[in-house]
Amino acid sequence: MGIGGTVSAGTLYDKVWDLHRVAELPGGSTQLFIGLHLIHEVTSPQAFAALKELGLGVRHPERTVATVDHIVPTTSQARPFADPLAEEMLATLERNCAEHGITLHALGSGRQGIVHVIAPELGLSQPGMTIACGDSHTSTHGAFGAIAFGIGTSQVRDVLASQSLAMNKLKVRRILVEGTLQPGVFAKDLILHVIRSLGVKGGVGFAYEFAGSCIESLSMEERMTLCNMAIEGGARCGYVNPDATTFAYIKGRPFAPEGAAWDRAVTWWSALASGPDARFDDEVRFEAATIPPTITWGITPGQGIGVDEAVPTPEQMPAEERPIAEEAYHYMGLAPGAPILGLPVDVCFIGSCTNGRLSDLRAAAAVALGRHVAPGIKAFVVPGSEQVAALAEAEGLDTLFEKAGFEWREPGCSMCLAMNPDRLEGRQISASSSNRNFKGRQGSASGRTLLMSPAMVAAAAVTGQVSDVRELLESHPVAGSASAEPRPVAISPSPLP
Amino acid sequence: MSASPFPFGPIPEVAGRIVVVAGDDIDTDRIIPARFLKCVTFEGLAEGAFADDRLELAGSHPFDRPEHQGATILVVNRNFGCGSSREHAPQALMRWGIRAVVGESFAEIFFGNCLALGIPCLSADHATILALQQQALADPAACFLLDLASAEIRGQAPAAGLEPAQRWDLSMAAGPQQMLLSGQWNATGQLLSHEEELQRTAARLPYLATFALG
Repeated sequence: MGIGGTVSAGTLYDKVWDLHRVAELPGGSTQLFIGLHLIHEVTSPQAFAALKELGLGVRHPERTVATVDHIVPTTSQARPFADPLAEEMLATLERNCAEHGITLHALGSGRQGIVHVIAPELGLSQPGMTIACGDSHTSTHGAFGAIAFGIGTSQVRDVLASQSLAMNKLKVRRILVEGTLQPGVFAKDLILHVIRSLGVKGGVGFAYEFAGSCIESLSMEERMTLCNMAIEGGARCGYVNPDATTFAYIKGRPFAPEGAAWDRAVTWWSALASGPDARFDDEVRFEAATIPPTITWGITPGQGIGVDEAVPTPEQMPAEERPIAEEAYHYMGLAPGAPILGLPVDVCFIGSCTNGRLSDLRAAAAVALGRHVAPGIKAFVVPGSEQVAALAEAEGLDTLFEKAGFEWREPGCSMCLAMNPDRLEGRQISASSSNRNFKGRQGSASGRTLLMSPAMVAAAAVTGQVSDVRELLESHPVAGSASAEPRPVAISPSPLP
Repeated sequence: MSASPFPFGPIPEVAGRIVVVAGDDIDTDRIIPARFLKCVTFEGLAEGAFADDRLELAGSHPFDRPEHQGATILVVNRNFGCGSSREHAPQALMRWGIRAVVGESFAEIFFGNCLALGIPCLSADHATILALQQQALADPAACFLLDLASAEIRGQAPAAGLEPAQRWDLSMAAGPQQMLLSGQWNATGQLLSHEEELQRTAARLPYLATFALG
């Protein structure tokens, strides 16, 4: 094909691993080349400080891309931030990027947002890449057929210095999902169902390959939601083989190849998909049609149930799961056997790297349209990026949400992890489209989180309690499909320097 | 908080007392809540270790109990360190004084972050971990020696009530074990030593040249 290395046989994971293998290290790990390094303000400052201490520079600043997301306020983003620590973190990132010639997609640039939202929408995340970022939800980019994984700060230092990492190869589990998701059931429900079934540690030591007719029919944004939460199932990376849906999404984006290079790219990308000869270390199968809207009731993402099921009793679970279930009953204030439907909520959060993209906002808007947030409920929508915000505003979603009583915020990680002013207070219960329901995750040491799809969050917001979104969609004359793939707004393309 | 230096060079063993933090699926948000991540250095993270759990237990958390002050070996259960990739978690544990972690299993990223700091994470089955935890809880003053080469932990005399020969088998993948034993757990130098190989790898990745004909 005229370009690139020979693509070996096997799974996509095997092929991408082989292409990026630099050397075998003493001790048995592999030095892996990192094709794209995404950095942000939380996990990079100490890495840059370490580089300075070692007298090292950044090897590939042109393969390093920065933005700011975790600490940004979503109400006013005026500088300096009210929180001096947040201001110091952003100022440090700005200084480090300037010093090393790294592109920073800054606030107000039109390109800022959650790192796992902007890299795909800018066309930076592409099939066949290795992508690393000091953030566990880097698995998101696996939606493109990339091997993408979260790393710690020492590893951020290593990638900055050498554009490579010492890694150990994972096994690959194929997760086959066949058939079609029912109306009102989304990629979020699918991944919560998978984690519920395989457990939060089921994926440790594995990469998850999502395949099957259901996965093939998912939009890129849905695939991102799916891969985003592979880590919650213990799998450091999850991926979907690249196909026509992938290529259609990437085409025309600012950092996508163009012209003849585009055709060569598609040829190369296509050859990377797991072939018929691919051997998997494990395989599990799900029927999409049987998956209900799924919601967590406990303190791990694996403690999920169908919205019309009851909180499981200790007798219903394996003995080893009982201690953490007991902890969850106590923390959540939920009795075993109690229905989750009708549980009152206090705060409703739509956003995050899991569900802060345009199709997520559309799905929530379809529920909110013509309805109003229930009295006493705080509900807010945080677009995942400035581009998502612009697209949503262009189609009037901001007005729709505000009319329905939701707050419309500026882009950022917001209440997913409480490193900014958005947080729960006391024992508040949140209906949240984010990814983690750990104790204290949303900023209050006793705050409670129910994970669910954005449409389910909207349903909770307008009813004031956990509700089955299918009923609200059925009784809604304007409900429609929210699966259409959004296109980027016109933003000036600029090649990687 | 700890007087002992941070890990450096080859790590053949870790000696000291055990502190037990029991429970499965203890995530890094619990090991260090996000508010402590608002910093540009890792210094001062010790106080953030298990901060919310310690607050809730008002002095009775293992990390607050006087008999565990100065402990160097943390013994945990399954899937320890799941969730966020924050290296602040092992940094906080290290700055509190932890030099090794023994548990039933570890989340991948947490394990790698510990390795990068020279903190071995060794595994054992449920029964072994329970026995070790019970032993340590029964005698918090007991000293142990974690031997990395033989992947075992044994009681060290003079521990009251502990047979000198008492030992528990642990396991660790050969790669990380060798890295720690040889002192090559800090990968930066090794990675940089492969200049030619790095260039060769980059040359075979067409996307680095935006799919130009080579």
